[in-house]
Amino acid sequence: MSRRRLTDLTFWVVCALAFVFIAAPSVSILASVIHQAVPSLGWSLFSQRTNANGIENAILGTLVLLVGVLVVAGTIGVAAGIYLAEFATGRSERLLRFFSDVLSGMPSIVVGYVGYVTFVVAFHWGFSLLAGVIALTILVLPYVVKTTEVAFRQVPTTIREAAAGLGIERSSTVLRILMPPAAPGVLSGLIVALAISTGELAPLLFTAGFTDQNPSLAPLHRQVPYLTNVTFTDLSLPGARAHATAAAAAAVSLVIVVLLITAGRALSRRSRRMTQGMML
Amino acid sequence: MTDTAERALGQATPLVSSPRARRRSELTRRDVVVSTVLTGAATLPTIALAFLAYEMLRSAWPAIVFNGTSFFTTKTFTLGNLYATSVETHHGYQAAAGAHYGVLPFVFGTVVSSFIALVVAVPVSVAGALLLADKVPARLQGTLGIFLEVLAGIPSVVFGLWGVYTFGPLLSRTVFKWMAALHIPWLSGPTGAGQGLLTSSLVLAVMIVPIIASTSRELFRSVPVLSKEGAVAMGMTPYEAVRVVTIPFVRTGIIAASILGLGRALGETIAVLIISGNALNLYPHSIFDPFSTMAASIAAILDGALTDSTHMAVHALGEVGLLLLVITLIANLGGRWLTRRFSTTGLPVGRGV
Repeated sequence: MSRRRLTDLTFWVVCALAFVFIAAPSVSILASVIHQAVPSLGWSLFSQRTNANGIENAILGTLVLLVGVLVVAGTIGVAAGIYLAEFATGRSERLLRFFSDVLSGMPSIVVGYVGYVTFVVAFHWGFSLLAGVIALTILVLPYVVKTTEVAFRQVPTTIREAAAGLGIERSSTVLRILMPPAAPGVLSGLIVALAISTGELAPLLFTAGFTDQNPSLAPLHRQVPYLTNVTFTDLSLPGARAHATAAAAAAVSLVIVVLLITAGRALSRRSRRMTQGMML
Repeated sequence: MTDTAERALGQATPLVSSPRARRRSELTRRDVVVSTVLTGAATLPTIALAFLAYEMLRSAWPAIVFNGTSFFTTKTFTLGNLYATSVETHHGYQAAAGAHYGVLPFVFGTVVSSFIALVVAVPVSVAGALLLADKVPARLQGTLGIFLEVLAGIPSVVFGLWGVYTFGPLLSRTVFKWMAALHIPWLSGPTGAGQGLLTSSLVLAVMIVPIIASTSRELFRSVPVLSKEGAVAMGMTPYEAVRVVTIPFVRTGIIAASILGLGRALGETIAVLIISGNALNLYPHSIFDPFSTMAASIAAILDGALTDSTHMAVHALGEVGLLLLVITLIANLGGRWLTRRFSTTGLPVGRGV
């Protein structure tokens, strides 16, 4: 074998090793969490609250938070994305996109800190659902804006030209003609935003609080329990029981995340097929 | 179409001079309403950013005045005696007796751990992504790509759990032992249970791998096939084609992706808080020692800081957060500048093949 062939072979072996280093942690993490969670798996996990080694209230609280994020971040983010893709022009567009990018690099603990000093303390909301939802929204908003914008830009320009040629007004073109092909892309972005929200803890720690009660839908003054907090708190408690509950909460949040990601993948594959079918 | 021509055709559209006004005239009233509502939504991320920056500055201000330059030059961060009856006053602001806020070890921890994470994650991600994009058959690419997506979706508290109970002990028993046996200064010492700077950095690396790798994979796929085939047709091995064609083509994008990953590592809170060993007021004696970062220390100390009746402890953590914000912002803007600087247009024709 010549030296060049040998270099080539070595290079690709190194690449394969690198891929093993990427794949191994994800397998190891899943295995380790499931292994640690096994002792606490059982019906009581889902029917008892955190004061009795269950996580019923935390699961419900996470779902309530997710619905809140879907409503608030979904509405604002999709509207903003549509504006950037279809209406914005020139300098204002560039500035808005730049600031949205900067916001996406915001450390999550900074969002949590500001949420605490403003919403919780200055506005007298206390640890509450609304404070938690707004903190999560600030975190995922740039992501929703970006995916919506990309989804709309993927729809071929010819469709807009055809609509304009038929004399259809701009707003109807956007909402009735461009929306259907863009929808799977927009939805998959929203779903990933929900997956991110499921796994966050730093922005919620000092905004949503925690309680052993089931979550109420009151937006203010009521603390919200959620899964990542159970993992974090029970991790530092003594005793095998608490440890297993921590792992179980982690496993459940992982399951939610994986389900969301799978749904998002299916949708984005569908969106690609849809917009490609329109291209002539 | 000129105004005269329009008039000649006798069109009903009103005569308008500026392009902006003309565009306006094409919009119906409903269009104007819809676009106004959407504009409102589009400014919200900017408003949120301004709100965060303003509130951060406002909350940190008393601490900035109280601390002066000692914030940046000392290594002790203590909330003081929160139960004492006396208070300490500096420059007109009060803090608990004995309180002192120095941020240096946190800055050290943040910068060093993120740097190690980046150095480990970039080559691994790029090489792995290259294999995925260039060598793996198309049928398998989707399946193997799932590893990246799972890794990207794992909550940071789960990384913490894994780091403390599985990864850290494993490293401590194996790799750390071998490293320590080499007796290199700062790279050797007691490895403990595997909680500390190096474990945290490696977990951070695992956390930013999916960001860098999935972007790199998309970049590798966007390299024109004809140029790659051309290189191979000229007798290059696949590795040489990668070096000469692919890498120059994607370099800018990889820098941008790495900066994105760096931003995530700088701001990561919970995983580091769990794995770091949470050491205050000192620098790690070796790479295996406990440490803390700016983000993790805010989450760790804020609970206790809430009981400070002078509120200075909360303000001081605000100053830590503000500094973290500034460092992250500098990293992001630096990344943008680097991308612009190194952006290559198309293929590097005639670059010493």
